[in-house]
Amino acid sequence: MAFLDIHHLEKSFGALRVVKDFNLGIEKGEFVSFLGPSGCGKTTVLRMVAGFETPTSGAIRIDGQDVTAAPANRRKIGMVFQAYALFPNLTVEQNIGFGLRVAGEGKTETAKRVAEMLELIGLPRLGSRYPFQLSGGQQQRVALARALAVRPQVLLLDEPLSALDAKIRVSLREEIRRIQRDLGITTIFVTHDQEEALSMSDRVVVMHQGVADQVGTPFEIYNRPATRFVAQFVGTLNLLDADLMDAAAGHIRLGDVPVALNRTLPGRVGDRISLALRPETVALGRREHGSVVLAGHIAEVHFLGSVIRIRVTVAGQLVSLDTFNRPDRPPPAVGTPVEVSVSDRDLLVLAA
Amino acid sequence: MTGKRLWSWLAVVLGGLYFLLPLVGMFDFSLRMQRDGYSFEAYRIVLTDAQFQQTFGYSVGLALLTIVLGILIVVPTAYFVRLRFPGLRPIVEFITLLPLVIPPIVIVFGYIRIYNTSSILPLTGSWWGTNILLLFGYATLSLPYMYRSVDTGLRTIDIASLTEAAQSLGAGWSRILAIVILPNVFVSVLSGAFLTFAIVIGEYVFAALLNVNSFGPYMVWMGGNRAYEPSALAVVAFIITWACMGLIQLFTRFSKFSTVRR
Ligand SMILES: Nc1ncnc2c1ncn2[C@@H]1O[C@H](COP(=O)(O)OP(=O)(O)OP(=O)(O)O)[C@@H](O)[C@H]1O
Ligand SMILES: [Mg+2]
Repeated sequence: MAFLDIHHLEKSFGALRVVKDFNLGIEKGEFVSFLGPSGCGKTTVLRMVAGFETPTSGAIRIDGQDVTAAPANRRKIGMVFQAYALFPNLTVEQNIGFGLRVAGEGKTETAKRVAEMLELIGLPRLGSRYPFQLSGGQQQRVALARALAVRPQVLLLDEPLSALDAKIRVSLREEIRRIQRDLGITTIFVTHDQEEALSMSDRVVVMHQGVADQVGTPFEIYNRPATRFVAQFVGTLNLLDADLMDAAAGHIRLGDVPVALNRTLPGRVGDRISLALRPETVALGRREHGSVVLAGHIAEVHFLGSVIRIRVTVAGQLVSLDTFNRPDRPPPAVGTPVEVSVSDRDLLVLAA
Repeated sequence: MTGKRLWSWLAVVLGGLYFLLPLVGMFDFSLRMQRDGYSFEAYRIVLTDAQFQQTFGYSVGLALLTIVLGILIVVPTAYFVRLRFPGLRPIVEFITLLPLVIPPIVIVFGYIRIYNTSSILPLTGSWWGTNILLLFGYATLSLPYMYRSVDTGLRTIDIASLTEAAQSLGAGWSRILAIVILPNVFVSVLSGAFLTFAIVIGEYVFAALLNVNSFGPYMVWMGGNRAYEPSALAVVAFIITWACMGLIQLFTRFSKFSTVRR
């Protein structure tokens, strides 16, 4: 059994079912992100794990112990909030030492641990400041240190970086990951930022309307999305309408253009299906082996720096593709007839 | 433009005179005890009067106890109402305002009826009982001021997040209240406390009807029996009240951490 085991968890507020049959096992030391749009229930699941919300049904086990009914202050779970929630009347040192003081730890022991934590978050000289004398990024580091000082079994972070500006967000997320690895602490990280989730996590849980749509490594989530929602929510995606011609042989038609996918597809002849493909899997020009080649013409060109995003009209539908910028080759002009190719393995078929 | 300015200045001056003239008159009168010019003789007599010292000391002690009791009642109540039962807020606010609506004489007659010597709880029968009754009565009188200021203080901090942060670090309710909530609303608690102090020091109706020798009845007795000393006493009481107000300002200004910025 997993270290943190969430078992058929359900939560309703009145008639509103906010979390539906949520199941998840997290191994010791694993870093798992909850990714999903606003209102999908990420915070609610996290708060049930923390003990701030009582599940309508289901169970939560940590290290084999059922904590579903345990009060929040007995769970040994560290929590970091979006709004930092540092105690404004206490100094940085006192904030970090709060949990130890509550636990009845001795003065010297506490001071030692606090100094250790200040070192860990890279703020060894700011111990005597008050929270209002710190920047947002520093406050969030202190909040992290405060949560970790008591050596919790599980660390929960609810959009800890959303209140910070972009630069600090990136550096702090790397730091959080480093600290998490160093301490080997089991962690759940809530975010609605896919880049954050994909870059930091061992596994990502993509949530949608209270359901865990897909649980997998960032690689799996991005390259093999299990549902249409996951495919659309994670990364940029081209969605093309197509008709199924022969399910067994894998023949479909994109507008008037027949396409052979060389694999068995679900569904029946005449079904409308969606083809999903990532912009970076589409190449400009004809590629030789195992590729589907489509003819069209350039509709838009967006120069993004190292990457050029080009939109091509194919069979009456727009396909975005990314190519790297090359100083010796300027991008084609709008209206130029082109061919694009994509490997048939990268054409994902989603039920429409 | 200048005309408008003139009028507003005139209004300020008139208002100022309206408040200050009686005070000046009273102060002036309190200094004239001796025929041959101004002196602080009336103040000397009042301040060295054993009865003054005794009743004033008693009232100060009672005021401090009232403040402690008020904090114990109001801070947890306001906190839980905000945190868990926001729907109850209008009701609780209404209840705390009742002492302003119901005259103290009605309240104290109610007390006497309920707690008289032939009742189940004959508090008025003993010295301890009477004092406790007075303490509880004063705590009631302080409710409107205490509740308002504490509630305002709670609004400036994110009590939900702070509570959850403290809980996740292992703290229980009493600890959360004592080391997270109370220090953060301390300035507001103080402003409620000083108002309470000012009220309790001069209170007459409760004390007189419960037959307690506190500062209020002493002032009234003085007013009925002496000429110059009551004015001196009034000035002293006035200074105490204003000192309380000044202390509120002082504590608000010089609190160590700002709860406003976040
Ligand atoms: N205490 C509550 N009472 C009623 N409804 C609630 C309560 N808390 C959350 N909800 C509802 O539950 C749903 C999920 O909320 P939740 O906060 O878990 O979303 P989220 O995924 O964290 O969103 P966000 O990214 O915006 O933080 C929302 O529709 C919200 O309105
Ligand atoms: Mg949320």
